[in-house]
Amino acid sequence: MVIFGVALLAICFLSGVFFGDLLGLILGIDSNVGGVGFAMLFLILLVEYLKKKDKLNKQTQEGVAFWSGMYIPIVIAMSAQQNVAGALDGGILAIIAGVAAVVISWAVVPLLSKGGSVNESIEGSIIGGDQSVGNSR
Amino acid sequence: MLEIAGNLFAKNGLILAFAIVGLTMYISYFLSDKLTKGRIHGSAIAIALGLLLAYVGGIVSGGEKGLADLSMFTGIGLMGGGMLRDFAIVATAFGANFSEIKKAGFNGVLSLFVGVVLSFVVGVIVALAFGYRDAVSLTTIGAGTATYIVGPVTGTALGASSEVITLSIAAGLVKSILTMIGTPFIAKYIGLNNPRTAMVYGGIMGTTSGVAGGLAATDPKLVPYGAVTATFYTGLGCLMAPSVLFLITKVIFA
Repeated sequence: MVIFGVALLAICFLSGVFFGDLLGLILGIDSNVGGVGFAMLFLILLVEYLKKKDKLNKQTQEGVAFWSGMYIPIVIAMSAQQNVAGALDGGILAIIAGVAAVVISWAVVPLLSKGGSVNESIEGSIIGGDQSVGNSR
Repeated sequence: MLEIAGNLFAKNGLILAFAIVGLTMYISYFLSDKLTKGRIHGSAIAIALGLLLAYVGGIVSGGEKGLADLSMFTGIGLMGGGMLRDFAIVATAFGANFSEIKKAGFNGVLSLFVGVVLSFVVGVIVALAFGYRDAVSLTTIGAGTATYIVGPVTGTALGASSEVITLSIAAGLVKSILTMIGTPFIAKYIGLNNPRTAMVYGGIMGTTSGVAGGLAATDPKLVPYGAVTATFYTGLGCLMAPSVLFLITKVIFA
């Protein structure tokens, strides 16, 4: 049933946020620490476990997939209720930060995609001839 | 007539929000397709339109919550509020799994950490240059420079002001749009023509829509590889920014 998927998601969400609140309390900062990230980890692990046990039927998955699909629309609703007028003074900051992050990240990509003997073998197994990659997918 | 419609909308705010957002997305994807030939992803245009609506709402109402300050559009506030937003973000982890990330190898995982920290540091430095000195604002802007999701999640968790949260979204949006547009042009200079580099690219850039859109314009075969790592980026950012990165920022700028 679809609700099983939604409930699964809700349980992961609540435990993740609970964990985040708990961690915030332990660390002595009055805030939630990485609750959403923990919830994502729980969901990945739980989904993988249930799939292995074959306990995750198509409808249950649809319950989770629906909310995954609502992510961009919700983000749009979120952006529509931000204090844009108030932040407009600092618009230059956002542009500089965004552009700088992208340009610097681009410069780092070749450093990480090259080198490392471990990855030589991985490259071989993954790439295995550029053309065959598209076919195997 | 108008009164009936007004009452109807006020009573069914969340449903109205679904309709408004759906229409906004339809228009955005239409514009993306016709005006940019899909080069700028529809979702990026939709978010920009959302920010524009928020600007109009803010000017009309004089409030701090954009469109949601107009009584007719309170449903937007519910739909885009913290509860549903975080719920949907968690759901996006559904597509990812650890056996796939293993394929990215050590460099793929490393690229995720490098990517989050690098963007965060860039954001913090720029925020410093613009006169922000408190750890909460610095962390939020740094987090937003990672992605426009990590920013508001971090900002809400730390209690940042709405202006700072908006800046963090805008920074992430600039990053996402530039990644979408720029990827095909930069690809040949950074060797982005094979799956392994695509995975590293997804991990470094992190913006899922930016990476997916940019790789699709470069070579559609690379999209799933970039997406594999990029889907972990937001989760990792949400985990690190309000915790480890905030604590480090707090120690440095206390």
